[in-house]
Amino acid sequence: MDSRWETGRGTAVERRARLPIERIKENAVAWLMIAPAALGLLVFLAIPFLMAFQLSLTDTRLLSPNPPQFVGLENYRQLLRVNLILMEPLRDAATGEVQRDEQGRLLYPRSRTILRSDARYEGLRELAQFDLLGRRYLVAAGDPTFWRGLLNNFYFALVVVPLQSAFALLLAVLVNQKIRGVNLFRTLYFMPVVVPMVVVAVVWFFLYNPGVGTINAFLKAISFGRLGPFEWLADPKLAFPSIMLLSIWQGVGFQMVIFLAGLQEIPGELYEAAEVDGCNEIQKFLFVTWPQLRNTTIFVVVATTILAFQLFTQVHVMTGGGPGEATMTTILHAVREGRYQLRAGYASAITVMFFLIVLVVSIIQRAVMREERAVE
Amino acid sequence: MSVQTSIQVHSAGGKMRPGLPYRFRKTVKAIINYAVMILLACFFAFPLVFMMVSAIKTNETQITSDVAGLRAFMPYPLRLVPPVNRLDEAPAEIRNAYAGLGPQNFFDVFRRMPFGRFLWNSILITTATVGLGLLVNSMAAYPLARLRWRGRGIVLAVIVALIIIPFEAVAVPLMLLTTRLPRPGGGIGWHDTYIVQIIPFVADAFSIYLFYQFFINIPKDLDEAAIIDGASRLRIYWDIILPNSRPVLATVAILKFMWTWGSYLWPLMVIRLPEYRPLTVAMQEFFGQYPRLWGDTLAFATMTTLPVLVLFLAFQRWFIRSVAATGIKG
Repeated sequence: MDSRWETGRGTAVERRARLPIERIKENAVAWLMIAPAALGLLVFLAIPFLMAFQLSLTDTRLLSPNPPQFVGLENYRQLLRVNLILMEPLRDAATGEVQRDEQGRLLYPRSRTILRSDARYEGLRELAQFDLLGRRYLVAAGDPTFWRGLLNNFYFALVVVPLQSAFALLLAVLVNQKIRGVNLFRTLYFMPVVVPMVVVAVVWFFLYNPGVGTINAFLKAISFGRLGPFEWLADPKLAFPSIMLLSIWQGVGFQMVIFLAGLQEIPGELYEAAEVDGCNEIQKFLFVTWPQLRNTTIFVVVATTILAFQLFTQVHVMTGGGPGEATMTTILHAVREGRYQLRAGYASAITVMFFLIVLVVSIIQRAVMREERAVE
Repeated sequence: MSVQTSIQVHSAGGKMRPGLPYRFRKTVKAIINYAVMILLACFFAFPLVFMMVSAIKTNETQITSDVAGLRAFMPYPLRLVPPVNRLDEAPAEIRNAYAGLGPQNFFDVFRRMPFGRFLWNSILITTATVGLGLLVNSMAAYPLARLRWRGRGIVLAVIVALIIIPFEAVAVPLMLLTTRLPRPGGGIGWHDTYIVQIIPFVADAFSIYLFYQFFINIPKDLDEAAIIDGASRLRIYWDIILPNSRPVLATVAILKFMWTWGSYLWPLMVIRLPEYRPLTVAMQEFFGQYPRLWGDTLAFATMTTLPVLVLFLAFQRWFIRSVAATGIKG
């Protein structure tokens, strides 16, 4: 990346820099100029980053008079502990027969009863129940909220990353056309990116108004009264998809611009060659545009995935993680534990888990990109 | 070129609809193209139009009854002339029945909350973070890109590695750390200050990297001539490198500006007093107050958005270039 630098020996600058006194001076100037940034990065990024690992092994609390205790991996144990418990159906005390409801389904004891009945299950709470091969299982976790948040983040990534990336590419292809007024459209599509997320969340909260709301009215109008009205943010099934929609609305312009930059780097000769070969528009996209955008696409997908795990502002403003825990996310859980429950140690363990996920995503990105370089 | 075009026309015409004239198909295609683009424009514009239009409707009942239709996006007065001389002194029923368009919601925001203070806080925090950030990060990138010194390779590698740490991963320990730092002017803890919202965000690995990438591509002859003239390194950085780096200065400033203006998680964690609260947290606070008035809340939202929106519309080319620059990092 700086081979020019190394080969530029023998010039006036290099000659001067090679004198010992000048070299010492050059070193001093360099360190002096880098010092403010280095100090800032050290104190406010590197040290807190290392602190997170250290704190996660303690029971540190904010504003606590007691000195923090080292607890080893206890925070991680609570965070990651999951038990799968086979549930026994309820039996009649007198006859020993299994009990059934009116529809003939087996009746089971309440999960809390099961978890309290055995000392091994201490500290566990219900995460989910499911039926498999005629048997019912109880999934209990040390911190069900963490798992729900994490699963939501994965759900968000799985839906939003492909949708938003494809949408961004479509927009980029549209605004890359050489037609009149295209700059106006590019500006309009990009506009939501500059709007603060808190504002976006508040405005969409009103648009999602249950009963008579703009979005409900729109759906009703285009479906001739067959769709809706929906409860959007109050409905456990719809709340998270509602948040996904506004997140795409706000973020897609960013990716559009990155794709646009990628599109504009594709040499025009490739398209001319494809035209000579008789390619139509779709073939040109498939055989020229798409392969040429490979690295841009990887970048967009990775960046959007990381954003999916950072999800916080929208849910904090609009639902606070609810209804129930339908829109809980990892960072929201960490902030609640750290800022409101004052459990800094435990919250640090959550953010360490969050960082590990981001790290894995980034490593995958590097690997895929390197493979690309090796092939070429 | 003309040969190629005719080949394409011929082959496409032969394959698809033989009878249809090329001109006509081109027009249809253009119409569909524009229709799709206009529909998408509506999708991106409608929430913002709704926000601004509702903000100037002074009648709360009018806003809530308009939301279920196209009127949500239309600024229209119920009555052009109010039936009383002084509308603000009239009883609530009359006000509600006859109020139309006006800045009343905006006045209400100022009446209910120290909005001016929040606006000032956001402007101060954003300006200081962007300004100091430009200085500190460009100054750090200069020796990395243009000087030969021991440790350069390692420092550069560390800075590039730091880029991948998201703020969320350090937020909790950083909160703990800042509660233990000595407060300027006495005491302990940075919570409820301006500096806690500025200083931690001045040094930024990604900004340094953007500067670095730009600086290594500035021709070396420029500073060589200056060195022969006896200029110091600091002088070269200030008088030669910075004035030649306007594009990257704009890029870093814009990205940092967008990020800082919209910043929410951090002030939520460290600011409790309204004196130091930025607009975003104040917005959420205002939104959470009951009764939740749509007009006032959307007026607040409009005023929080307008500064960024105006800047964006004025410098949109630069905004888009800045965002494009983030994609090159991979």
